[in-house]
Amino acid sequence: MAKTNTQPVRRDKNTKHLNQRHITYHIIMIIWSFMAMAPVWILLINTLKTKREIYDNPFGVPKTWTLDNYKSVMSNGNFFNYFRNSFVVVVVSLFMILFLGSLAAYALAHWRTKTSHGIYFYMIVGMMLPIKIATIRLLQLMKMFNLLNTLYSLFPVYIAMGLPTAVFILTEFIRELPGELYEAGYMDGASRFTIYYRIVLPLIRPALATVAIYNLVPIWNDLWFPLIFITEDAKKTVLLAVTALQGQYTTDWPKLLTVLAMSALPVIILYLTMSKQFISGLTAGAVKG
Amino acid sequence: MQRQRHPALQGGGSIKPGGIYWMRYIIPALLVYTLFMAYPMIDSVRLSLYEGTTGTRDFVGLANYVRLFTDQVVSTRFWNAFKNNWIFFGWHMILQNALGILFAAILTNRTMKGRQVYQTMIFIPCTIAVLVTGYLFKLMMNPVWAGDTLRRAGLGFLVRSWLGDRSTALNCVSLVSVWQWVGIPTMMFVAAFQGIPDELIEAADIEGANAWQTFTRIRVPMIVPVIGMVAIMTFVSNFNAFDVVFSMETLDGAPDYATDLIGTLFYRYGIAGQHPVGIPEPGLGSAISTCIFGMLLIGVLPTLRATQGKE
Repeated sequence: MAKTNTQPVRRDKNTKHLNQRHITYHIIMIIWSFMAMAPVWILLINTLKTKREIYDNPFGVPKTWTLDNYKSVMSNGNFFNYFRNSFVVVVVSLFMILFLGSLAAYALAHWRTKTSHGIYFYMIVGMMLPIKIATIRLLQLMKMFNLLNTLYSLFPVYIAMGLPTAVFILTEFIRELPGELYEAGYMDGASRFTIYYRIVLPLIRPALATVAIYNLVPIWNDLWFPLIFITEDAKKTVLLAVTALQGQYTTDWPKLLTVLAMSALPVIILYLTMSKQFISGLTAGAVKG
Repeated sequence: MQRQRHPALQGGGSIKPGGIYWMRYIIPALLVYTLFMAYPMIDSVRLSLYEGTTGTRDFVGLANYVRLFTDQVVSTRFWNAFKNNWIFFGWHMILQNALGILFAAILTNRTMKGRQVYQTMIFIPCTIAVLVTGYLFKLMMNPVWAGDTLRRAGLGFLVRSWLGDRSTALNCVSLVSVWQWVGIPTMMFVAAFQGIPDELIEAADIEGANAWQTFTRIRVPMIVPVIGMVAIMTFVSNFNAFDVVFSMETLDGAPDYATDLIGTLFYRYGIAGQHPVGIPEPGLGSAISTCIFGMLLIGVLPTLRATQGKE
């Protein structure tokens, strides 16, 4: 009797307790979400205002909406060029990371000896090493190869930077593919490379997407290496070019904010559409390793 | 039998090809990684024993280190940046990672609604370049910009030269960075909490443990390896921070070197050259980077050993 009585009462108390706890949780999350989004709002909304209004009305919706800031940035041929440079750097680097990384991962997943374990370990150690430490030596290398002031100085650094995670994520992924998949290929007399190209690559597309996204953000957002390797205006990436808009005495804030927004928006939109890949790349190392 | 006869299966096609065959697939990646990451990193250590620019380079032994630690001007700057960097790191380690674990605990509460929306918003700042958020906060913290609006709203106490004041500059820069990167530990901890078997939590519930007890006795101890990884990531990235100071303050770590970090110091000495002269000193710069490298090893290896179990 007593038992059957307490059961519903206890559950009732629990739900009530649970709801109160949820309210606290929601309050915490709403406060932080607001704090996370407010600066992004301020960035975006101020690009739609006139130069005067940015100061008169810093936080609110514009009284007179204008796309003039975007028009003036886009009509400026230089900025088109900077965006193109950033885009080329990202695309070429990502392509090479995926290509070289998947080839190596394919081999490391199938060739299991002491040597291969050694190579694997040597390559994934790079996940924890900050490449900035090597900057001075890299600068000398680029000078030696005559690559300074070209986008070619950026590719190898970003590829080297991306390979450790690519090898780590892709090797793990390929190891988990069922072996029967290859059998059919051998039977048909396909070479190892054909199997890589025809069977493995299509199967590891989700992992390739994860690796691509994981590397896209730091490459697109990198300032350090362009700042050091590139001084010639025609070869600047967007973020490097933005630094020139920040004057010592006066800053054209509407224009600056607009370029900042234009550089940030593509990544934010990509994140909103592919947030799963963003998170899985980030947590792959921590949870598995 | 049939397999061996097939021409395409000769050599590399055999079921268990050897290392020489597989190296063909590995060498391109290995080469790029070695030439542009491993080698320059290790060779920077050697570089720190030399003096002069590329043309005339002389072996000077440990002279660069002696200068770094004892020279009147250089050592003052170095120890100042070193100290600032620890404060910068402290804010992240304590505030950023604690918020991360709190948010993750909330976001893995299975009965709560709207978790996905919160999670998405928390991570958005992490996708934006540090330079973008740095410039943005520089504008937002500028007393001239929103000063009048804030005063009218009765928030006049917020109108201060936050970034121009020695006593607040470093903390403000650190907090902006904390604000931006909270999403990373949050996501790592969310993944870690989700990896805890349900039975464990349920067993604790049945035993009558409350939420706090489950959190401190089961959930946190279960994710120690991830806490270790997050600590290492925080350490490594904080001692390489550069963009946030570059964009919010200057390359000199204004005001009066109050926000100078190892990253900006390294850039000034090793790459750009100090202000009045402008001649970079690769040897001295490499000595700085070697010190960071050594410090990272000293910090990272014991953390790995303590948190990553038997592996």
